[in-house]
Amino acid sequence: MAEVHLPTTEFEEADAAHGNQHGVTDEPNADAEPMVSLLSVEGELTRDETYSPYLDALSAEELLSFYSDMATVRRFDQEATALQRQGELAMWVPMTGQEGAQIGSGRASKPADYIFPTYREHGVALTRGLDLSLLLRQFRGVSNAGWDPRETNFHMYTLVLAAQTLHAVGYAMGMARDVAAGLAEAAATIAYFGDGASSEGDVHESMVFAASYQAPVVFFCQNNRWAISVPFEVQSKVPLVRRAGGYGFPGIRVDGNDVLAVYAVTQWALEHARSGKGPVLIEADTYRLGAHTTADDPTKYRDRAQEDAWRLKDPLLRLEKYLRSLGLADDEFFAKVSAVGDELAAHVRAAVVTMSAKDIGASFANVYATAHPLIAEESAWQRAYEASFADAEGVAE
Amino acid sequence: MTVMTFGRAINAGLRKAMDQDPKVVLMGEDIGKLGGVFRITDGLQKDFGAHRVIDTPLAESGIMGTAVGLAYRGYRPVVEIQFDGFIYPAFDQIVCQVAKLHYRTQGNVKMPITIRVPFGGGIGSPEHHSESPEAYFTHTSGLRVVSVSNPQDAYTMIQQAIASDDPVLYFEPKRRYHTKGEVDEAADLSQAPAVGAASVVTQGSDVTLVTYGPLVSTARDVAIAASDDGVSVEVIDLRSLSPIDFEPLEASVRKTGRLVITHEAAQFGGLGAEIAASITERCFNYLEAAPVRVTGFDIPYPPSKFESHHLPDLDRIMDGIDRAMGRPNSLSALEGK
Repeated sequence: MAEVHLPTTEFEEADAAHGNQHGVTDEPNADAEPMVSLLSVEGELTRDETYSPYLDALSAEELLSFYSDMATVRRFDQEATALQRQGELAMWVPMTGQEGAQIGSGRASKPADYIFPTYREHGVALTRGLDLSLLLRQFRGVSNAGWDPRETNFHMYTLVLAAQTLHAVGYAMGMARDVAAGLAEAAATIAYFGDGASSEGDVHESMVFAASYQAPVVFFCQNNRWAISVPFEVQSKVPLVRRAGGYGFPGIRVDGNDVLAVYAVTQWALEHARSGKGPVLIEADTYRLGAHTTADDPTKYRDRAQEDAWRLKDPLLRLEKYLRSLGLADDEFFAKVSAVGDELAAHVRAAVVTMSAKDIGASFANVYATAHPLIAEESAWQRAYEASFADAEGVAE
Repeated sequence: MTVMTFGRAINAGLRKAMDQDPKVVLMGEDIGKLGGVFRITDGLQKDFGAHRVIDTPLAESGIMGTAVGLAYRGYRPVVEIQFDGFIYPAFDQIVCQVAKLHYRTQGNVKMPITIRVPFGGGIGSPEHHSESPEAYFTHTSGLRVVSVSNPQDAYTMIQQAIASDDPVLYFEPKRRYHTKGEVDEAADLSQAPAVGAASVVTQGSDVTLVTYGPLVSTARDVAIAASDDGVSVEVIDLRSLSPIDFEPLEASVRKTGRLVITHEAAQFGGLGAEIAASITERCFNYLEAAPVRVTGFDIPYPPSKFESHHLPDLDRIMDGIDRAMGRPNSLSALEGK
């Protein structure tokens, strides 16, 4: 099992593993593609000599918290969607269905690692300790980003697809330099992207640079099957994981709805990267159960049957089955988790409705790090112009 | 004072910046052993090592995007774009990321990236090697854009650009790389003219001639030729294209009442348009004539055998001066004068 799952940079082995000579297949989503899966839909755990040791090291509390994290971020996702429907957010980017891929990978990261997300990594944000209400500032339109990324080593959401994959590589190159200079402990970056973004040139260039400089970066692709309305088959004719061989670094396909497998595989990849062996590509096989954003309507482009099939693979359900089978969790635990989620939802709602944008003056700040005459002139004019609407008491009309 | 070529002055400035700050790293295509296609980084990899002078894969967006990551981590990347016409694959990273990250992070993450761009024509190159793309970048908030015209400025301003906490595009007039000039390498950087300051290079009283980069030396020649015609030309080297230091321009135009702007880039939507509009707004009552632009044509850069007809030269700029002065000029016949 291990040698099938384990990545290789040897073309012969890769071809043998994929059962063809040229790496070309008519089945883009070939279910035959090897995939690390440890926890079945029925909630049964299988052993893998490479990855199971990472799970053996988990305490019961940690196992339980994997579930509570997934449930909590799903509850958050529902609340944010509701806030959008109620007009409190301009738009929301739901992530329901991808909890396993996000919590599993995020929990594998250490505080010194640096995360470069897309705009859907709410679950990863939770694992980094970010106050999730801050994610909504951008979607309420009061800020282009809502937090100081340095506090949690969690970069702001990047809306230009794939641009952040290069930032992750450059940052990782800097980390490696700092380690070599004795200035920092070994750490790695994780570059998140999706199946749609995999077609962007920046993903290609980021992998070329990462390989050339053996940068400590883990490329984490959540293949959720849909780039808004376009299916994965239009992005690639072969599983994305196979690309890693072309760049000369390991690639691992993992069941993205199996939070334990994702955790173990990401641990392996991060250790590989931190130890100076270079980048790793992980393709997490998952599914976006909701819309791309609240502005979109999936019924126009995909069958309900496909969604229903993926609901059976729900990452929460299978972990719940496993935890119950071990006797680690009972109804009381799940009720408590649900209450924690409701509490977060209430916090987020309360925070959002107080987020306002009163003073456009702040929008002139930080355009440049140092004084700039044009910005200063326009800012001064804008202040005077707005002030000209004030009444005799100085209250703006 | 040392006499050195323009190219050598940039090299010396890079060397000094690297000496002073270990976080300064150079990135680009062929900049290591080869020293770049124009040899601007000649010898730097040998002296500072391959980890400070990085030969990158051949991918401009990749260079710029990884430079963003390095800057994020606390480094000061100096990126060489091999030729002006090759900057476009990096355009998204420059405009959407380099320019905006300081703003998006509310000042928490700085982007001290210097982007060196050999630009302009006049060296007989094939297409895509002679372009003047500066207006794309002056139109983008968050970027600073400079262009140097002489070895001393080249030496000083590359160091100022690297020291800046803002991203700076540094446009190098490639056809002037071999021009020699005096450079004071011992000069105190803190005493040097501000990077954003325009400078009056030739004083005059009849017409203000504004330019930058490769055409500054042409403009000096114009001033000499015009004085033989009895016209006193004040030449201003912008040095900084964004922001523009308008004060010396205004002071000059209030004195001369006439404005000519010249650049190699196309006319429509270019720097000349911005300067003409701004000076008209600021000095309308002082203007004796409409501002005149003398620029490259609004065509793709032509095959190099035609470039001498495309680029503003002494005669074309003299014609622009004649227009501003109301003397017989290329438009006289058309205007029935």
